[in-house]
Amino acid sequence: MASIIKQRKVVADNWQLLKPQAGGGAPPIPESGDIIVPLAVWLDQRNALLSRPGRLGVWLGGDDEPALIAEDLKNFGVVAVHFPQFTDGRGYSLGRLLRERYGWRGELRAIGDVLRDQLLYLSRCGFDAFALREDQDLQAALCAFSDFSEAYQATADQPLPLFRRRFLASPDGMEWS
Amino acid sequence: MYIYDEIDQRLVEERVAQYRDQTRRFLAGKLSEDEFRPLRLQNGLYIQRFAPMLRVAIPYGLLSSRQLRALAYIARTWDRGYGHFSTRQNIQFNWPKLEDVPDILAKLATVQMHAIQTSGNCVRNITTDHFAGIAPDEIVDPLVWCEVVRQWSAFHPEFAYLPRKFKIAIAGGEQDRAAVQVHDIGLQARRGPDGNVGFRVLVGGGLGRTPIIGVVVREFLPWQHLLTYLDAILRVYNRYGRRDNKYKARIKILVKELAPEVFRRKVEQEWAHLKNGPATLIIEEIGRIERRFTRPGYQKLEPIAPEYTLELGRDKGFANWARRNVHPHKMPGYAAVTLSLKKTGVPPGDATADQMDAVADLAERYSFGELRVSHEQNLILADVRQSDLHALWQEARTLGLATPNIGLLTNIISCPGGDFCSLANAKSIPVAEAIQRRFDDLDYLHDIGELDLNISGCMNSCGHHHVGHIGILGVDKQGAEYYQISIGGAQGNDASLGKVLGPAVSQAEVPDVIEKLIETYLARRDSDEERFIDVVRRIGIEPFKEHVYGLNHKATESRSRQLAAA
Ligand code: SF4
Repeated sequence: MASIIKQRKVVADNWQLLKPQAGGGAPPIPESGDIIVPLAVWLDQRNALLSRPGRLGVWLGGDDEPALIAEDLKNFGVVAVHFPQFTDGRGYSLGRLLRERYGWRGELRAIGDVLRDQLLYLSRCGFDAFALREDQDLQAALCAFSDFSEAYQATADQPLPLFRRRFLASPDGMEWS
Repeated sequence: MYIYDEIDQRLVEERVAQYRDQTRRFLAGKLSEDEFRPLRLQNGLYIQRFAPMLRVAIPYGLLSSRQLRALAYIARTWDRGYGHFSTRQNIQFNWPKLEDVPDILAKLATVQMHAIQTSGNCVRNITTDHFAGIAPDEIVDPLVWCEVVRQWSAFHPEFAYLPRKFKIAIAGGEQDRAAVQVHDIGLQARRGPDGNVGFRVLVGGGLGRTPIIGVVVREFLPWQHLLTYLDAILRVYNRYGRRDNKYKARIKILVKELAPEVFRRKVEQEWAHLKNGPATLIIEEIGRIERRFTRPGYQKLEPIAPEYTLELGRDKGFANWARRNVHPHKMPGYAAVTLSLKKTGVPPGDATADQMDAVADLAERYSFGELRVSHEQNLILADVRQSDLHALWQEARTLGLATPNIGLLTNIISCPGGDFCSLANAKSIPVAEAIQRRFDDLDYLHDIGELDLNISGCMNSCGHHHVGHIGILGVDKQGAEYYQISIGGAQGNDASLGKVLGPAVSQAEVPDVIEKLIETYLARRDSDEERFIDVVRRIGIEPFKEHVYGLNHKATESRSRQLAAA
């Protein structure tokens, strides 16, 4: 069984990730077990997927539009975003949109080329689960979350930017630190 | 200077620790070359032709004497005793060792400096007018807004892996001295209908391979919405910008491919969700940042210092220098001074560690311990008393920093080019030097008057050749270094892109071509008042072309067209 990082712990994972077949066709759907399907498969086979036993997740590619699942989120046990390369930053925006705009509260998982040195920013964009690339040392990667102790911006994991938190703590002086 | 608070300082220190660990893992073979690359780039470290190059951020070009001394220390300890000030108000060290970089960054952190996001596909150092805060025509002090945007962009988790690099410039008023039209985002302070402050927002300008002037996406954005609007633009770019081709990945291509109208609509739609959200700025925060800037304690002075007038009449060398290198100041009796890093024979923008220490002293004695780096690669003492100018000039002269050429032909902007940069098609520093040598007669130089000459070693245009009145671009012609010359570019409010004059020429021919361009200009100008760029705009490039390539260039061209058509 594979391991992932979830809420800053290494845990066993039994979700099965389904990918399009080599020719681009939809993958066969296993009869049981927990599966994460590509967005296109969800849009296409919605009813069949909902009536099968086992939990259901969906994953988005970088150019998928998260608004397409905004109304469906209650059906999912996990929403994943795929990073074809760790330098492809589209998924960071998707993470924030899923959390901040569409209100997804469940597991938000980064999949694909997910490496230790990107974990902190991913978590700030709302990801709380990470299926790291196979060669990564999960235990060692946990340190990455504590590289920084503060952040300026408003993000998924900290909806108030530093300047607002400062203002709330000390409205007159704004010199709180 | 903006003075860090405890959190600013802590973040910079945590960044050093993070990068130290990343470097350690890279050297231990635990991070591959490819995995390490974006990490080191976002800490300013390039691997180039001969050695790594470290680019240190000088946020919006502002430096204290103490910081400049730290840069001198770095140049001496980890480099070969000098540094190169770049066109983006940064400093570059050309010879550090990769394994020393964490120590260099740690040294920088002790003086509230860093190399964060000076490279890589992220939001880079915010740049502004080098006369920010002292220019008589400002609506706001852009330094405060630069710092607001710096904090927003520093470690922004959503925009660390953009399709390509991203540059933002801010101008404090109508007169644009920050080149806002050729940045990914240009912000220009304005007053709204009810007198409140805001920004005109331009997007998609840039130099590089596809030079283009930015389009206005919003005529007026009230200041409160600055950060949410930036988030909206960046998000649209991050999601939809092209990632399949590095040369089409800048935001200007997205704006063009979508059409500006469509791009604007997408941004506005995105912004509708973010507007008035928690990232909306509050006046208390602007005030807080404003108060963290130290301000010069100006004295009450007469508008014109009598000693200054006296020396101007008495000393021709001083008067020449004052005419070019001294600039007006909003405070009576004060002036800004450019210390030229464009002495003939020295690569444009280079300063030795000793010069840096000496300038730090000058800044302390004459200008409240602060200085600025201009995008023309010079250093500026922004707050000098007029009565001190003569003494300052004498000291600057002995340091080799008083070349009276600001705004003149020999104040060349040049990228490091083929001597240092691995992307170069051709060298740029020797070309700059050859031109400076050709035009070493000061009277002649002053007679030619205002002229920007910019040199880039390749299409990446770090030397901003497109917006030089004369632009020189290194090109590769079957393995040989050649130079394509263009004229008619300009920056500022009436920005324009230069037009290519004709076939590229060899290095040895460049000074002759420049000479011929100048001859044409001098022969055709209406009066001393008409600048080179004005003449090019008035008469077009044809007369220049004829003088450079000879009268038969038309015949040659039409022949080659016929051949091509055949
Ligand atoms: S313009 Fe080209 S040669 Fe010059 S510094 Fe930039 S990339 Fe290097």
